Amino acid sequence: MTNPYKPNERMKLSRLAMPERDPALRGHDFAEVNLGFDPGSARKESLRCLECARPACTHGCPVGVKVKEFVALVEAGDYLAAAAKIREDNALPAVTGRVCPQEDQCEGACLLGKRGTPLAIGHLERFIADWECAAGVVGLPPVAPATGKRVAVVGSGPAGLAAAGDLVQRGHGVRVFEALHEIGGVLLYGIPEFRLPKEIVRQEVDVLRRMGVQFETNVIVGKTVTIDDLLGEEGYDAVFVATGAGLPRFLGIPGEHLCGVYSANEFLTRVNLMKAWRFPESDEPVYDCRDKSVAVIGGGNTALDSIRTALRLGAREAFLVYRRSEAEMPARAEEIHHARDEGIRFLTLTNPVELLGDENARLRAACCVRMELGEPDESGRRQSVPIPGSEFEIPLDVAIVAVGTDANPIVQSTTPDLRTNRRGYIEAHPETLRTSKRGVFAGGDIVTGAATVILAMGAGRKAARSIHEYLENRAWTHDAD
Amino acid sequence: MFPIVEARFLAPEVKLFRIEAPRIAKKQRAGQFVIVRLHEDGERIPLTIAGSAADGTITLIVQGIGKTTKLMNRLAAGDAILDVAGPLGQPSEVELFGTVAVLGGGVGTAIAYPTAVALQQAGNRVIGILGARTRDLVILEAEMGAVCDRLVVTTDDGSWGRQGLVTEALAEIAAAERIDRVLAIGPIPMMRAVAETTRPLGIKTVVSLNSIMVDGTGMCGGCRVLVAGASKFACVDGPEFDAHEVDFTVLQQRNAMYREAEAESLRAFLNDPDKDLGRVREACRLHEVSA
Repeated sequence: MTNPYKPNERMKLSRLAMPERDPALRGHDFAEVNLGFDPGSARKESLRCLECARPACTHGCPVGVKVKEFVALVEAGDYLAAAAKIREDNALPAVTGRVCPQEDQCEGACLLGKRGTPLAIGHLERFIADWECAAGVVGLPPVAPATGKRVAVVGSGPAGLAAAGDLVQRGHGVRVFEALHEIGGVLLYGIPEFRLPKEIVRQEVDVLRRMGVQFETNVIVGKTVTIDDLLGEEGYDAVFVATGAGLPRFLGIPGEHLCGVYSANEFLTRVNLMKAWRFPESDEPVYDCRDKSVAVIGGGNTALDSIRTALRLGAREAFLVYRRSEAEMPARAEEIHHARDEGIRFLTLTNPVELLGDENARLRAACCVRMELGEPDESGRRQSVPIPGSEFEIPLDVAIVAVGTDANPIVQSTTPDLRTNRRGYIEAHPETLRTSKRGVFAGGDIVTGAATVILAMGAGRKAARSIHEYLENRAWTHDAD
Repeated sequence: MFPIVEARFLAPEVKLFRIEAPRIAKKQRAGQFVIVRLHEDGERIPLTIAGSAADGTITLIVQGIGKTTKLMNRLAAGDAILDVAGPLGQPSEVELFGTVAVLGGGVGTAIAYPTAVALQQAGNRVIGILGARTRDLVILEAEMGAVCDRLVVTTDDGSWGRQGLVTEALAEIAAAERIDRVLAIGPIPMMRAVAETTRPLGIKTVVSLNSIMVDGTGMCGGCRVLVAGASKFACVDGPEFDAHEVDFTVLQQRNAMYREAEAESLRAFLNDPDKDLGRVREACRLHEVSA
């Protein structure tokens, strides 16, 4: 079946909108906001693809998904083949179709976007992954004969899962160790249900299980067992450290110890992982936000996830406080738009300087200053500077601090020969992902600092290739300089 | 899933468990804790490890206060704990200090016991002071007696040992002999009172903080406490800290954050205690089936 539209006609077709739940209703529950394309819409959108000779989309994708090919298969109605095509490079398409910042990656590069709107690559990827799952026929890639080699993967977030999937395909024995009691890492505790249903994560993990990956929860590598134990008495041939950047950063302003002040990690972990939104059916509580005033401090995806979660917990007022302007917010464009539609108020160019409590040490207000943008800093973003004398108070019951995270230090603390940089991130060679310790590789946020799911997956796949080479030839030159 | 091989009450609401957890048993050192979860909708709570054995078991001593601990205390040998993660936290500092007074308030004795053992093994003179409200609540007296060079028991109502507080016993002992270090574990008012007793005497005092925790690995910051004015995480920097630097008021205030929710949870549980017991057993059965 060929595309009935000539390329210049395709450029005139409008991009199909993703159906979403009514903003007025969806802010009260945790069901997924985006509803997904149906086959008719998917096919219609796929016809817009220009089928470029040199696709910029694949180049813009951190793992090199073969977009042109999978979209052609969508067009042809062969959804299972499209899924298999995506899975050649992307182990978690149902996840990435939902959470990737496509506007900065594949869709940001799409030629259609130069004059009009880019192809809805993310929505198509999601459609294919969901269709495949619903059809119950996830195509498992073939697994090579057992090599007898064993790899320990530390951390079950996107980097660890992607590495595990690739390594098991090459015939190696893979065991993923996870500190928490459920598999998925940030996919589970960080990203809320209304953006990434947990059932999706479970299904993707199930695919890996069926391919032969083993999982062990409740193991904190560095405490329950050390890397030396894994390489020594537990007999692993290589270790991939993918523990993430899970150490919460606070502002360092007075009052951060008050009741009602949370790190985004804690707030989201209680609600997402521990299902505190279902309290008392779930035993883990979270601050009762019903009819309260809640603010998140920060401008990234985590900040938006936090405040939209608070809204769904019944907050009467939900706002986001960010020291720069909206244009500088690093969050995904779709999340900003969804949040605004749900009624989240954006207080940009505002920064808290003190959190104030009542006589029982419960938060009652944030003292903030207004900011203005000055010269760019080393990251290229314009610095924000306080405007003197602009202090004002915002009455608040809950403040969620979402200003970034740092390296989790546990693995490093018991592996003295694992070199880290002065901020505690593990040093790894950018191409081979080798660390200073023989047989140990590292990738994802624990190396780069907090980034995205897809970049972590890219690191996982790179690590798998590198580990496979090491397991074949056992050569180790330390060049993580 | 972690099978319970032994479970028995030491005192009303205070139960000892021996649980199969070979990796934890091997690695654990005095002062460390585990995080435990009982069923799929359960909360994660910290429990100090009271000891471990060569057979790969660890010992936990649990005081039933809220829903989760009261539910746990209904479990018996043959049941299992769904999730046990550890060993977490920094181990107790154990060196040859000289004479160390180890004070246990209520179930705090169970938490202090492994460190008392380690201190004795390191060659210290260990003076144990156990405090409880009444005779029934004094635990591990024989065990502590075996590792302490001197043991004093106090009860609030005088039904066992001396009547009075552990701080009174400590003050008397400190007046009579040189004490190089104090370890005090128990309810927050008790630890605070011990800190104020030793501060003018200039005796280094260590306490173990019972902050509310979720992950226990430093990932959420929920257990943050103020120590010498700086924010520390009880789960990765502690749980033991210099008592003279701890802001006990902030700790108490933060620990009160979920009072209403805790009370609601406990009420619902006491109304139908078998329902959650069923959930615990079902969760472990399913886990066994899928493993």
